[in-house]
Amino acid sequence: MNRRALRKAKNRAFFALSAVATLTGLACLAAILWTLLSHGLAGMSWHLFTEMTPPPGSQGGLLNALYGSAVMTVLGILIGSPIGVLAGTYLAEYGRRSRLSTVVRFINDVLLSAPSIIVGLFIYEIVVVPMGHFSALSGALALAVLAIPVTLRTTEDMLNLVPVGMKDSSAALGAYPWRTTLSVLYPAARSGIVTGLLLAIARISGETAPLLFTALNNQFWSTNLNAPMANLPVVIFQFALSPYKDWQNLAWAGALIITVTILLLSISARVLLALLQGDRGSGP
Amino acid sequence: MAIIDPRHAAKQLIYERVFRSATLGAAILVLLILGGVTASLVHGAWPAVTHFGFSFVTREIWNPVTDEFGALAPIFGTVVTSLIAMLLAIPAGFGIALFLTEICPPLLKRPIGVAVELLAAVPSIIFGIWGLFVLAPVLQRHVQPWLIAHVGHVPLVGQLFKGPPFGIGILTAGVVLAIMVLPFIAATMRDVFDTVPPMLKESGYALGATTWEVMWNVVVPRSRAGIVGGVMLGLGRALGETMAVTFVIGNAHRISASLLAPGTTISSAIANEFTEAVGDLYTSSLIALGLLLFLITFTVIAAAQAMLRRLERRGGSAA
Repeated sequence: MNRRALRKAKNRAFFALSAVATLTGLACLAAILWTLLSHGLAGMSWHLFTEMTPPPGSQGGLLNALYGSAVMTVLGILIGSPIGVLAGTYLAEYGRRSRLSTVVRFINDVLLSAPSIIVGLFIYEIVVVPMGHFSALSGALALAVLAIPVTLRTTEDMLNLVPVGMKDSSAALGAYPWRTTLSVLYPAARSGIVTGLLLAIARISGETAPLLFTALNNQFWSTNLNAPMANLPVVIFQFALSPYKDWQNLAWAGALIITVTILLLSISARVLLALLQGDRGSGP
Repeated sequence: MAIIDPRHAAKQLIYERVFRSATLGAAILVLLILGGVTASLVHGAWPAVTHFGFSFVTREIWNPVTDEFGALAPIFGTVVTSLIAMLLAIPAGFGIALFLTEICPPLLKRPIGVAVELLAAVPSIIFGIWGLFVLAPVLQRHVQPWLIAHVGHVPLVGQLFKGPPFGIGILTAGVVLAIMVLPFIAATMRDVFDTVPPMLKESGYALGATTWEVMWNVVVPRSRAGIVGGVMLGLGRALGETMAVTFVIGNAHRISASLLAPGTTISSAIANEFTEAVGDLYTSSLIALGLLLFLITFTVIAAAQAMLRRLERRGGSAA
C-alpha cells in the first residue's frame, strides 16, 4: 500500500514539473509580447511611417527601413519561391524515389536549419565581393536562399497530399505531366503552397544576420537596388544597441511592428493549413 | 474518336521537356547552393587557413592590431552557451511534450501547442533585444547574486559562478538560447510521442502502471531516436544562432572559467566585426570562423536528420 502511494506521488510530482515547464514556456512568450507592447506602443506614431531614420537626438521614423524590408522580402520571395516550388514539384512528381531526390531532400532539410549568418557570408563572397559594394540586391538574394528550403518542403508535402486519382484522371485524358501539374495538381494544392509562401515570408522578414553584410544599412531614402538599403532588422540592431534614447524607442517600435507582422503571418499560415485539413477530413 | 494532331503532340512534348528540365534544374540548384556555400567559405577562409594553419583553432589570441587571430575563444563560447541552452531546454522541452501529450485537457491542447510554435516564430533579433533589456537585468539583480553567494563557494562548481554579476555574459546567452530552442525540442518530442501506438501505452496501463511509468518505460524507450534527433536539431539551432547571442554575450575574446563573465561565440564575432574588419587577414579569419561554424552545424544537423529519417522509415513500415 505504501509503495503504491509512493508511485502515485512520483506520478503527481512529474505532472507538476511538466506543468511548470509548460507554464515557463508560455510565460516567456507572454513576457516577450508584453515587453514589446509596453515599449513599442509608447513609440508608435504616424512619424514612424512618414519620416526617415533620424540622426541621434532628433525626431524621425522608420519609413526607409520599412520600405527596404518590404522590397527585399518581396524580391527574396520572388526569386526564391519559384525555385522552391519547382524543386518541390520535381521531388513530388518526377523524381519521387530517385537517388537525386533523396539527396536533395536531405540537403534541403540541412539548409532549412543552417545558420542564416552562413548564408550572409556566402552571398558576401559571391555577390558583394565581385560587385565591390554592398547592395539591396545581394540582401534580397540572401533572403531568397533562405526562402527556398521552406517553400520546397511545403510544396513537396502538399503535392503528396493530392489524391492519386486526380493525377490518374488527368493522365487518362491524355495530358502530359506538365499539364497535369499546372492544371490539376497546383490548383488542388494551392492553399498548401500559399501556406509555404506565408511561412517563407515570416521566416525571411525577421532575418537580420544575412543582411548585415549584404544589404548593410542606409540612413537615407534609397530605391536603388544596386546600393545599400535600410531595413528594419538591421536598424533595430543598430538603434537598440545605441546609447540614444530616441533611437532605442524607434528600435522598440520597429521590433513591435516586425513581431506582430510575423506572428500574424504564422497564424494565417496555420489557419489556412487547418482549413485545408478540415476540408480533407470532411471529404468522402 | 479522338484525332491526334501530330504538331500538337510534338509541342506538348517540348513543353513537357522544358517543364521537367526546369523542375530538375531547381532541384539541382539546391545542391549547388550547398556546394557554393562550402566552396565560397573555403575560398574566403583560405588566406587565414594557410597563414595560421592548425593553430587557428588552438589559440585564444584575437588581436586585429597585430593581425593575430585564433578561434579558441569563439569556439569555447559557442560550445558552452549551447551546452547551457541544452541543459535547460531538454528537461523543459520534455516536460512540455509530456504535458501536451498526456496531461493537458483536450480543449487546451491546441492553443498551448500553437503558443509554443509561435514562440518558435519570433525572430531572433527580438530575443536579443528582450534578452538585453529585460532578461539580463533580472538575472543581474536576482539570479546571479544568489548564484555567487550560494554556489560560488562550493569547490569545483563554484569556479563557474565567480566574479561580479554583469548581467550580460555566457550564462545569459545560454538562457536566451534555451528559450529559443525550447519550442523546437518540445514540438519534435511531442510529434514523436504522438506516433507511439496507443496499444503499447494501453498495455502498460493494463498492467497497473501510472501515467509517468508508462511515459518513462514505454513511450520514451520507443521514441529514443526521435528524442535524440529533436535535441540535435535544437543543438544545431543553438550553435548557429547569431543575433540573440550578439546582444547579450558581451563580446569579449577571452575564455573565463566563470559563466558570469562576458565571452563571444563564432556567430556573434562575425556579426559584430565583419563589416568593420580591415585587412584581408582579419576578414579571412572571420570567414574561417564561419567555415568552422558551418562544418560543426552541418555535422550536427545532418546527424539529426539521419536519425529522424530512420524513425520515419520505421514508422512507415510499422503502419
